[in-house]
Formats: sequence, structure tokens, C-alpha cells
Amino acid sequence: MEVMVILVPLALALGLLGLGAFLWSLKSGQYEDLDGAAWRAISDDDQPLPPPAQERG
Amino acid sequence: MLMTRDFSHYVKDVDQQVAHLDLAVEGVTCAGCMAKIERGLSAIPDVTLARVNLTDRRLAVEWKKGALEPALFIDRLAELGYKAYPYEPVRAEVEESERSKFLLRCLGVAAFATMNVMMLSVPVWYGGDLSSEARDFFHWLSALVVLPCAAYAGQPFFQSAWRALSAKSVNMDVPISIGVVLALGMSLVETINHAEHTYFDAAIMLITFLLAGRFLDQKMRQRTRAVAGNLAALKAETATKFVGPDEISEVPIAAVRAGDIVLLRPGERCAVDGSVVEGRSEIDQSLITGETLYVKAERGTQVYAGTLNISGTLRVRVAAAAEGTLLSEITRLLDHALQARSRYVRLADRASQLYAPVVHATALLTVIGWVLAGASWHDAVVTGIAVLIITCPCALGLAIPAVQTVASGAMFRAGVLLNAGDAIERAAAVDTIVFDKTGTLTLPELDVVNGAGVPDEIFQLAGRLALASHHPVAAAVARAAQAKAPLPGVTEEPGRGVRATFNGEELRLGSPAFCGADAEANAILSEDPEVSVVAFSRGDRHTVFAVRQLLRPDAAKTIDALTNRGIAVELLSGDREPAVRHAAAALGVGAWRAGVTPAEKIAHIEALKAQGRVVMMVGDGMNDAPSLAAAHVSMSPISATHLSQATADLVFLGKELAPVLAAVDYSRKAMAVMRENLTLAIGYNVLAVPIAIAGLATPLIAALAMSGSSILVMLNAMRARRVRLGGASWK
Repeated sequence: MEVMVILVPLALALGLLGLGAFLWSLKSGQYEDLDGAAWRAISDDDQPLPPPAQERG
Repeated sequence: MLMTRDFSHYVKDVDQQVAHLDLAVEGVTCAGCMAKIERGLSAIPDVTLARVNLTDRRLAVEWKKGALEPALFIDRLAELGYKAYPYEPVRAEVEESERSKFLLRCLGVAAFATMNVMMLSVPVWYGGDLSSEARDFFHWLSALVVLPCAAYAGQPFFQSAWRALSAKSVNMDVPISIGVVLALGMSLVETINHAEHTYFDAAIMLITFLLAGRFLDQKMRQRTRAVAGNLAALKAETATKFVGPDEISEVPIAAVRAGDIVLLRPGERCAVDGSVVEGRSEIDQSLITGETLYVKAERGTQVYAGTLNISGTLRVRVAAAAEGTLLSEITRLLDHALQARSRYVRLADRASQLYAPVVHATALLTVIGWVLAGASWHDAVVTGIAVLIITCPCALGLAIPAVQTVASGAMFRAGVLLNAGDAIERAAAVDTIVFDKTGTLTLPELDVVNGAGVPDEIFQLAGRLALASHHPVAAAVARAAQAKAPLPGVTEEPGRGVRATFNGEELRLGSPAFCGADAEANAILSEDPEVSVVAFSRGDRHTVFAVRQLLRPDAAKTIDALTNRGIAVELLSGDREPAVRHAAAALGVGAWRAGVTPAEKIAHIEALKAQGRVVMMVGDGMNDAPSLAAAHVSMSPISATHLSQATADLVFLGKELAPVLAAVDYSRKAMAVMRENLTLAIGYNVLAVPIAIAGLATPLIAALAMSGSSILVMLNAMRARRVRLGGASWK
């Protein structure tokens, strides 16, 4: 049973780590646009778009 | 005249070099749009950030100060195919988003504590060969985890309870806070005394469940507000302001000050209140007074936000707040009506006012009873607190907000936005609905009524010619013909019409006299004096279009359905008698009155209320605002004036009237489910309290009872998503 003295606080520390990660992700704005984040993950970045009007002259 | 667009009002400084602009964007629906917009704007030199928020349909742009004008982004987005407009979050929205972040933080903390305390509690519940030292160790660890977490995550409840108590009233958070604090305090004392039972797990679980309910509720409200905010921004209300004697600039309304002179061209809707200083025209005040007949405007005429300018160009001096006679009269009536509005006590508060004293008295009686029966003070107090924990209104606290969230989500999908939190409860009791006519039962824009008899080719030509005119009647013809390509070389004759030469023939669109079509026009007008006419001539052949405000396409069906639900429908309009009579006859509404002033509307609603009826007012005009406030519950279309929309409890979107029916149906269903949930929650208490009084409520039983009843009411709340509509269900 003595092992619990180490294991239980360890489990709590891991939980605390998870809580810290959640609070950090909340603070850094990762929950601001859940719909957009879902799409960003699968979008390709290599599709060029025509330059803006002023450059085309 | 020189014309510029000035959006500097919306631009914020990030630092010395970088400027920031928020835009509401219409039509962003997928990843493709997102990438297209972001790449399209990032390609502009000096742009440092372009990021779309797909959830809120907003775009944030940042750029190096100097060369770029905000109007450029709007033009670029228009090129890409998106309508966008600068957006300034209102204070309420900023506060709600802060609040929702805070609730999510609390929820995270509470959920962490609940999960970890469960890990510590299960072995204690199981017992087995757990030594008393190990049990104490687990209890102390639980205390260490729960006490700080509960102190943080419980803030929303403690604060709200404190506010209620300071105001000498009781809300649901008062028994919740008392229960939590006593449970934690007792558990701590028990831990110090090496006792067998502690209730740390039950207390933190209660907080977690309740926070989940509140967070979802908040999220729904925030989403509604974001949609409403975008719609308001995309109306793109600007004024053309004189910045020099001969120089004008298009500025957002928020940047217009009293005393400014603004230009109002034909076909434009006035966005400010003020008086005419120069020019002559006809104006359409229907959004203000309900009167569809045009009014003459000249020097000194008062105009209000929402007025449509018809024929000539006007210069308007912007008035200070409520300077105008009609506006100040309406403001006075509105203030009066808002004060008199009977203060509705929400169902949850009524329940807690009954509940709190009963529960606290039961707990007290339990303590006294056990002491009289010979138990020690310690045991008696522990049993009394166990009663409080078992009855702590977890299910009761969730019973109503959960339904509220589900129902407002369903209403949102049906095109109804909630302005007031208690609107659902008030709308459920409605037995009389009073409609305004213009803009509420009818569509806000004009439509061609005799288009079916006109040959396609003629209709197309008339439509293309009409694109050159700003006159609202011409705009209706252009819309009905779905014309896209304007004709070249069109000249406008002020006050008469437009003309152009097409394939060697002269085309004219305008007044019947201008087109030589008086005979045809008079024939149409004698048949139906309520329509406006516009004539089109090609060479010497004439066509006359009859134009009027049409009823919303499903108005008759919706009113029929409302009547079938036992709701009395009435029509009160500021418009003239023939127009109102015509609409009432078409809709089958027996009770109608025409030419009603704002004060008379209020008087009528008060009379209905005095008969014991529960009245919903549906209206859009500025003249409806006081009666919207006077009714038990009120609704406005999204096209309504600012004043009405701000006063209304519910706002509906789209061309149809069906959202009014949906609002009633969903509210009734939601109210029924709320009552069921209250019954379920109280029924659970009736079962659980005797166990607690008998002193048999172990922490395991408390935890099971609390989670079981909470899940039960949450599942039941889901039923508020669907309502029956004469056999078919809303989707």
C-alpha cells in the first residue's frame, strides 16, 4: 500500500498538467473558432490565387 | 462633387506601425471561402494578417499603417465575391464572450477536480481492507484538490447568490451556494476528526454539472448575438456627409455627429434623424408611421432613420437625440411603457423562492428531531447537512437552463433570435397576437403584381432600364425582371423617369404621363387604388406595371395555424383604412383597426391586458416600439428600425412569417418540458429526502442520486428540440 503515497500524488500531478494545458489552450485563443480550426487542419497551402487588382493594373 | 469613403472610425491601432480592422463577412461557409479570402487579402502588400473566423463569420485584418485605406479591403472582398462590412463589437457582446471564457475556465477546473476526486473516492466507497490511515490520506488529498478548485469554480454561483441576497431576494444560486459551502465545511471537519464519510466529491460534482449547463446556455446566447451583430453590420448603414462645401464622404453612422449635414439621394434610406435644410422630394415614412402613402418633404420637414427618399435629393441636418417631435413623443411613450412593464418573475426564481425555505426548514427539523431522539449534536448536524447535500438543487438548477439552451438552439435554426432571456417563458403563455401591417405582415420591399401578363422581352427591357433609376418603384421592376445588365446611355429626367435608345427605338420608364400611358394607368388605379403604377414605353407601345407591398408569402397560412392553436389574431396599423381592410380580408383577420397612432396602439394593448389576455405584439416600425414594450412579449422582423429591434424580445429573419408560429410552438413546448423537469427534480427529492433524514445518505448514495437526476433532466430537456406542427415536425 505504501506505493500509493507516490502513485496517487503522481496521478494528481498528471491531472494538474492536463488542466494547465487546457487553461493555456483557452488563453491562447484555440477555442475562438472551432469550425475554422476543423477545416484549417485539412486545407492545402499550395493553391495560388490571382494577385490583387492594383497589381494587375 | 468629390466622393470618398471613410472607414477610419472602425480602425484600431495595434501599435505604432500596425492597424487593425474587424469585418463581418457574408457567405463564408467552408474552408474554400476561408482560404480564398485569407490568400486574397494577404497578397496585398503591407497586409500583415488576414484571418477568418468561420464560427462567427468575421475577418480580422492587420496592415502596416500608411499606404492602405480600409475601403480597399472591402473592394477586394467584393471582387472575390463576398460582401463585407466593418464591424464594431457592441459592449454586450464583448462582455458575453468574456463571461463565456470565464465559465469555460471554471468548468475546466471543476472537471479536473471531479475526475481526480472520483479516483480518490471510489476506493473509500468500496471500503474493503482499506486501513483508516489510508482513508484519512485520501480524505486529505480530496480536501487539497477540492477546496481551492471549488473556491475558484464556484465563483459564478457565489457571486450570483450574494447579489440576490444583497437585493434581499432569493434565486437558485442561494440554496446551491449554501449546500456547497456547508458540504465542504462539514467534510473538512469530518476529515480532521478522522470520520468515515466526507462529501467532497458530491460538492464538486454539483458544481461541474451546473457549470456545464450554464456554459452551454451562455454559448448559445453568444452565438445568437454574433449572428445578430453580423446582420446589423452587414446592413452597412452609412451616411453621405459633407466634409467641405462641395466635398462629400461616405461614413459609417457611428461617425455622424449632431449638426452634420448629410446628403440623401433618391432611392436612399435615411440613416439618421434630422430635418431637411435644402431640397424637395417625396419621402416614404412607412417604416416610421406605417403609412404607405408618400409624404412631401421640403425645408424644415423632419425625417427619421428608416425614411426612404423617393424623388429628389435632400440635404439633412442631423438632429441631437430626440430633438424631432415624433421621435421625442415616441421616446416618451416608450419610457413610460418600459416602466409600466410588469416585472415578470422567471420560473426558476419562483421555484427557488418556494424551494429554499422548504429545504432549509427540513434540514433544521432533521437536526432538532435527531437531538430530541437522543442523538449527539455532532451526528444530528451531520445528518442535517446530508439532507442539504442530497437536496442541493443540482437537477433543479439544470432543469430550466438546459431546456432554455435546447429550445433557443431550435428557435435559432427556425430563424428566431432571442433578445431577452425570459422571452421563451413569456411567449409560451400568449393567447393573443397583435400584428402591425406594413413591413410585418407585408414584405418590406415593393413587388410587381401584374408581371404575369407582361411578355418576357418587354419585362426584361423594362427591368434593364429600371436598373438606372433609384426610384423604389423602378427598383421593384428591376428586381421582378431579375435584370442584371443595365442599358447603356440612359438619361434621367428628375421627377418623371428614365429613357434610353435601344435598337433605334426610344425606351421610357417612369410616370404614366411621361410614357403617354395615362389611360392604362387609370384603368389599373380605378380597379385597385392601393397600388403604385410605373409605365414603360417602347416606341409607341405602352405597358403599365402595378407595384405594391405584397403580403409575406406564408402570411395567410401562418395566421390560420395560429388561429387553430386557439390564439386570437388582431391587426393594428398606422396605415389608411382601405390598405388595412384589403390586408385583413386577404388574411381572414376579423379584428383590425386602421390609422392607429402609437398612443392608441398602447391603449389597445392595455385594454386587452386588462381583459386578462396575454398579448404578443409583432411590429417593425418606430411607431410600434412603445407598444412592443407594452405587450407581454414582442417580436420584430430583422428589417425593423433600430428602436423596435432593441425593444423586441424576439427578432425573426427571412421573408416568411412562419418564425412567429415557430416561436409560439417552441416556447409552448419548452415551457411544458421545463415543468416536467421541475416535477422530475422535485420527485427525486421526495424520494431521496427520507433516506437523508433517516441518516442513511452515504457519500456514494449522494453522488449517485445527484448524477442520476442531473442526467435525467438533461436528457428530458432534449425533447424541447422538436415540436409537432399539424402532424409534421419542425426541422
